[in-house]
Amino acid sequence: MEAESPNRRYLSYALWAAVLVAVYLTYARFIAPNAAGISLNSKILVSGFLEIGRVLVLICGGMALLEGYLYLVFYRQPRNPVTAVVMRVLQGGIAFLALMFVVVFLSDIGGLFELGEGAVGAFFRYPLAQFDALTKTLTGVKSIGKDNAGAASGLLLAALLLAALAVIYFVSQPRNSQLGLAYLLIAPALVGIAFLIFYPFLFEIRLAFSNASLGTKATKEASYGLIYGWQNLVALFTGNVAKEAKFFDVFIRTILWTAINVTFHVTGGMILALLLNRPMKLQGVYRTLLVFPWAVPGTIAALSLRNEFDNRYGLFNILLTDLHNFIVSLGPAFAWLQSIGPVSWKQDPFWAFVSVCLANIWLGIPFMSVIILGGLQSISSEYYEAAEIDGAGKWQQFWNVTIPLLRPVLTPSIILGTVWTFNKFDVIYLISQGGPQEKTDILVSSMYKAAFQFYRYGFTAMFALVIFVILLIFALVYIRISGGLKSAYE
Amino acid sequence: MATTTSEMTPAAPAVTANGLTKAWRWFFNRGRGDSPFKTVLIHTALIVACIIAVYPILRVITISLRPNDTLLTTSLRIIPEGATLDNYKEVLFGNAAKNRDSDFFLWIWNSFSITITTSIIATILAAVAAYAFSRFKFPGRGTGLVFLLTTQMIPAGMLLLPIFIMLANLKLINTPLGLIIAYSVSSVPLTIWTIKGFYDTIPVDLEEAARIDGASHLGAFTRIILPLSTPALAIAFLFSFTGGWSEYLVARVVLQQNQSFTWPLGIFTFASQFTVEWGHFAAASVMIAIPTMLLFLYSSKYLISGLTLGGVKG
Repeated sequence: MEAESPNRRYLSYALWAAVLVAVYLTYARFIAPNAAGISLNSKILVSGFLEIGRVLVLICGGMALLEGYLYLVFYRQPRNPVTAVVMRVLQGGIAFLALMFVVVFLSDIGGLFELGEGAVGAFFRYPLAQFDALTKTLTGVKSIGKDNAGAASGLLLAALLLAALAVIYFVSQPRNSQLGLAYLLIAPALVGIAFLIFYPFLFEIRLAFSNASLGTKATKEASYGLIYGWQNLVALFTGNVAKEAKFFDVFIRTILWTAINVTFHVTGGMILALLLNRPMKLQGVYRTLLVFPWAVPGTIAALSLRNEFDNRYGLFNILLTDLHNFIVSLGPAFAWLQSIGPVSWKQDPFWAFVSVCLANIWLGIPFMSVIILGGLQSISSEYYEAAEIDGAGKWQQFWNVTIPLLRPVLTPSIILGTVWTFNKFDVIYLISQGGPQEKTDILVSSMYKAAFQFYRYGFTAMFALVIFVILLIFALVYIRISGGLKSAYE
Repeated sequence: MATTTSEMTPAAPAVTANGLTKAWRWFFNRGRGDSPFKTVLIHTALIVACIIAVYPILRVITISLRPNDTLLTTSLRIIPEGATLDNYKEVLFGNAAKNRDSDFFLWIWNSFSITITTSIIATILAAVAAYAFSRFKFPGRGTGLVFLLTTQMIPAGMLLLPIFIMLANLKLINTPLGLIIAYSVSSVPLTIWTIKGFYDTIPVDLEEAARIDGASHLGAFTRIILPLSTPALAIAFLFSFTGGWSEYLVARVVLQQNQSFTWPLGIFTFASQFTVEWGHFAAASVMIAIPTMLLFLYSSKYLISGLTLGGVKG
């Protein structure tokens, strides 16, 4: 940290002022006169802000109620048997209400199971039906109006819950809890993960054992049963996964894709990191420039690389054409090299695969080199000095000092890099869209096609489960072999 | 040899013969005993790597500056002949002649509002949960941490269908709120790990001292640990932000109307219409990429420390 002199501070104020003025001038000079052609207007902006505010208030309110409830569970105890009854009844009631709501949510909105229209369904839906009735009543009230009825009844419910919590608070006395705070802190994240990761995962498992497809209107008329799961599994391993590709072809291609990419990412990243890890001039410039492919938003990078693989006007074929002309100009002595020339990146399956690999290698090297450089810089030079005294050459130093000491950095990043590459959907989807003839599809892009082009939902769910199991086995084996992650969570 | 080195070092005071010697010294003296030949070799390799890293990005700028009639050319010049800002104008302000409004600002606003909201939510959730994982030995802690890591094995797009059905039943398709919900926790598992790694490096003594002074456990967390962890929280925020900012897959499923598009969907409509809008795509990309990259480069120091935290600690 450099010391901040007053002058420097004024300079930064002046800079900020200049930026503000520049923004205003740009607005006045360029944007305001052309506002007619811009579809974003102040109305959309304001409603957007309101929307965000509502979301945040809703989430904060819900979380506050949850936290309040948990606080009372962990940090308050009844004063005497009478209050114990009041307290437990209220707490149980709230918990049961929440449970009913979750059950209804999972069945009616989440589609995880069917409650049915019978007595059980009616019982679980009772609180929600009352809530709806309340909303309807409030809609009739003039001063509230139609738009705010939902919010009003929500507020009323929240106030009711809050009152219940307050009652519990006042009939109880404090107590100590060792782990209460831990649960209080985890609860919000846990709720989020439960609804948006855990529930969808369960849903997919259930869907894997169904015949859901476009014909069954997704899940509405689908049938469930072990037999469908078996059928999906058989279809996955013997039939076409998307239009014409077979599972094992795609699987082998995915392994190839992952192996090629991770190998190049790690070796390329290692070479760059080793080159940069020395006191040298211009190091900062190189580091900044080399991180560019990572800094560009992925979508932009992938889409512009797709254009660069254009047969005629793309960068790669322009360069290859120039190279070809150059070789031809060298004369017949180099005739054996003349087959080097532009290739059809989009039509030839092999070159299409090369093109997606090139793109992803280009995108992924900076990340690895940055990680490895960070690891290298944390290795004390004493190790190298000791190795030198023992007579180790540079090569031996690399294998016996650098690599072992980099392991804590390398292991997690290789695991995550492998999993991310295995799952790298956007590069393939945006550059080749799996073409030609699905010869560049990897498992996840085939899966996406099966779901959103061929609408085979049950089949896709089974497909996803199989991919998940493959990845899990890989990670477990790798962790077992390298023993790398243990230190991280103990 | 001397001339090549002075070319590589524009900042060096290289005018006179004396200056050249100085530049030579300036450039080579700080090497770790590397010979001049080796130094030049290393710099050459790094310059080639930099060109490979930067040139494809420069090409986007080139294409964005091309006039519409020479959009398709095999020229490799960085500043094209007859460079023009027409593409930028049309992307920003629409084209009155073709009676087409510009949705560019709308897309940026949609992306920005959605991403900011999700990042705030995700960072708060992760920061709070990570503290519990770092400081308490509660039952289920180890399982929970492994579970969080396991969520990274879930293939991309696997959870898309259930989330889509849920959002459809809640009538949230095509709304920013739907996408906010879909994004909100996707980055939480990994950021919990990152922030936990950072908390682990803060000595427990600090909180204990605060608690002896009468602070509650929660007070010690919010008054001591949280302020100390601003770098880690910034990392978590940046992770969520960069994750959501250029996300394509989920957005494509949740948002289906031009009006609610985020910018990745928006520029894809340019790019998917092949040659015609290539220039527009490039111009829009440049305008989005420059601020994003500035933010990224500015914060990359923190991002990197965040990524290596879990490992280095070991």
